[in-house]
Amino acid sequence: MTYEERLQHVSVLGAAGKMGSGILLLTAVEMADLSMKPGNKGKPYVLNAIDVSDEALAGVMKYLKAQLFKIAEKKVVALRQVYADYADLIDNDEIINQYVFDVISLVRTSTRMESAYDSRMVFEAIKEDPELKISILSKITSNNPHGPWFFTNTSSIPIMKLDEGAGLGGRIIGFHFYNPPAVQKLVEVIRAEKTLPEVEAFALQYAKNLRKVVVPSHDKAGFIGNGHFMRDILHATAGVEKLSRVFSFAEAVYALNRISQDYLVRPMGIFQLIDYVGVDVCSFIMSVMNPYLPGEDLHSPLLDRFLALGIKGGQFSDGSQKDGFLKYEKGRPVAIYDPDAKNYVAIADIKAKVDEKLGVMPVPPAWKAVVGSKTKEEILKGYFSQLKTATGLGAELARDYADRSCAIGLHLVNSGVAFNENDVNTVLLTGFFHAYGPINNYLT
Amino acid sequence: MVAGYNTISMGTGRKEFSPKKDRPELEDYIREAGQGTLKQIGGAGNVDECVIGNFMAARFNRQANLAAFFPFVDEGLRYKPAVRVEGACATGGLALTTGIKSVLAETAEVVLVIGVEVQNTVKAIYCADYLAGAGWFKNRKAGHAYFFPGQFSDRAGAYFEKYGREHTRKAFARWYRNAIENARLCPTAQEFHNEMKDPEAVAMTEPNGKTFTDYLNVFDCSKVSDGASAIAIVSEEGLKRCGIPASEAVEVVGWGQIEEDITKPPVDPTELSTTKQAVRIALESAGITRDQIGTAEIHDCFTIAGVMCMEAIGFAEKGKGADFILEGHTARNGRVPINTTGGLIGWGHPTGGTGVHQAVTILEQFTGKAGDAQITLTPDRPYGLSVNMGGDDKSLVAIVYKMAQ
Repeated sequence: MTYEERLQHVSVLGAAGKMGSGILLLTAVEMADLSMKPGNKGKPYVLNAIDVSDEALAGVMKYLKAQLFKIAEKKVVALRQVYADYADLIDNDEIINQYVFDVISLVRTSTRMESAYDSRMVFEAIKEDPELKISILSKITSNNPHGPWFFTNTSSIPIMKLDEGAGLGGRIIGFHFYNPPAVQKLVEVIRAEKTLPEVEAFALQYAKNLRKVVVPSHDKAGFIGNGHFMRDILHATAGVEKLSRVFSFAEAVYALNRISQDYLVRPMGIFQLIDYVGVDVCSFIMSVMNPYLPGEDLHSPLLDRFLALGIKGGQFSDGSQKDGFLKYEKGRPVAIYDPDAKNYVAIADIKAKVDEKLGVMPVPPAWKAVVGSKTKEEILKGYFSQLKTATGLGAELARDYADRSCAIGLHLVNSGVAFNENDVNTVLLTGFFHAYGPINNYLT
Repeated sequence: MVAGYNTISMGTGRKEFSPKKDRPELEDYIREAGQGTLKQIGGAGNVDECVIGNFMAARFNRQANLAAFFPFVDEGLRYKPAVRVEGACATGGLALTTGIKSVLAETAEVVLVIGVEVQNTVKAIYCADYLAGAGWFKNRKAGHAYFFPGQFSDRAGAYFEKYGREHTRKAFARWYRNAIENARLCPTAQEFHNEMKDPEAVAMTEPNGKTFTDYLNVFDCSKVSDGASAIAIVSEEGLKRCGIPASEAVEVVGWGQIEEDITKPPVDPTELSTTKQAVRIALESAGITRDQIGTAEIHDCFTIAGVMCMEAIGFAEKGKGADFILEGHTARNGRVPINTTGGLIGWGHPTGGTGVHQAVTILEQFTGKAGDAQITLTPDRPYGLSVNMGGDDKSLVAIVYKMAQ
């Protein structure tokens, strides 16, 4: 079966989710582009968008439409060639509308898993629950006569476990998109021990056609992305506890969020990132990874405490941020949750005190100004050389944070998760939009 | 002509512009420009007739019957004669010649002329569809997604082949720099806020045919603009009626307004043949030579049009337009300062308003009202020229203005 044939009948499981909807969009575009090649005209192409809720699937169609218009508008120069033979399509407007219709026409929404029984390939982006995944994948493979290939978007479960559990015989590969898949360039590709070479070749071709940056990772729970992120979280939550002698809870969270964003020149502070991903999701990922990490306890009692209080973060269906560790107004943090008092403490009320205790800090460059700059390297070297010699609590915390991030990166290489240091840095640069990789010499 | 008024040319580049935010609409621009001129001529009571120029409000704003907006500008214009004219991007110029003819025909002593276009109602890619109406619709299907950039890219390609690519591209970049530097001196210009350190270097960006056109980059093109301009065309009698001294006016001494067959391709893609004719007629009717022109506002919808227009006017020989620009003759301190507030690329190109904006700029320069953008004009070359082009060198209006003595 060729690349094109395999992409004639595809299913996306969990298509209404944050990741699934993005995967659906990218796959729909890729399939539509194939279907429009002169040799493929008239061949049927089917893309099943499978999820549990009709309501959520209706929302996905709206998302698809809006995104497809943006995509079509960007590539209208090429689309005019594609539709050159259609005499009735004259204006860009008409061509763009036709393209959006043609792509959407490939997509069939369904709440029945059975729809995947005819697919040659299945993207899995359901809940990060190994048992659930295994049960669904095994049902599909045992009822599907085509020997489908499975691309799992898991960010934490070893692929080998899914392969063996569902009896897939190597017809599976980890293909981990970053959120949101339509925007983020990074894909972690995880070949399990028995993954068939043709599945891997297909995965690389597919990633290339989607213009993604591929970073391979070994099949170790959490891979590179969550391998770094989850340990980074633990460093921050432990930090809050350590700072309890100097700061109240809310002050400590504010301090570490500010340190990890402003003074580490990152796009978001660590607690904002936890909220963005979801406190529940982070906690769940840790619990999935933990059994595979002997000698290490990947578990945060603080996250558990927040979940017990019903503070979860995550996003509303329109993409806006729900309150979590932080409270947001127009997407910006304005307050910090205090689990003892069970209310939010305004940042404005604690900012001055915390900043004073952090002491005089070198002025960090804004992340936005650094990330796209041609002189990024010089700016960062200049800033970190000042941070290296700065005194005071804030500078100490920032250095400690950067050192820990670097140590986590090195650990991922030494424990056989990442193939090399460069891969770790690429994941943080492209998947987390950091301005620099964690493994660096800025502070040495 | 007296009492010029320009609204801001709104669009990308202006700090206050955001496609997501509400902004002034078609009728707001018409009213602002109209009232701006009425205030300077003693109010609507002095007006005999009105002309409004607009290219494509029917698609951009789903609005026609624009002449009926004059009473909305000022109640004093109720029940007065008004007309809307259209000639693609030469619409503004046509509005002016329509007003000039009324004055010459003595049906009016004072004509209020407004040119307007509000184009940011749609994204640039759909704007291209609407503007393609300036060409023959039967050519649209085979045309580029960005239809007019595609047409002028083809002209640029032909010009490169005949006269050399590198040299011409450098002239394009210089043209862009002049446009930006002039626009920075004019608060209503779309590029007034432009802070590029080296616009000439940026404009040397290689064109990319995969996402745009083969021979032009985005800096070679005027942008999508919202804006309106207004001016009053008055007889000597009308001047007295409005109580305006002659020193506040420029005199219209000649014009050329001609059409070429929209269904035909250019006779020679490396020259603007219709422009050449229109300018010749304008200069002849004014009884002057091009050497007497002190400044000109020309139709640089694209840099290549600017280069070819220098040749069409006769400032440079055929194939020497690029040299003329690179030698600095078109700069604000050059031999003939061109587009002193930025032209279409720098000031902006609200299509139906552009011809009127050109007249307002010349009026301001010759009456010392150009503010920071003021250039020095001398009585030995007391003439101004505007060249307003519709479509791919199809509808042309060239007007010669004379400084008040």
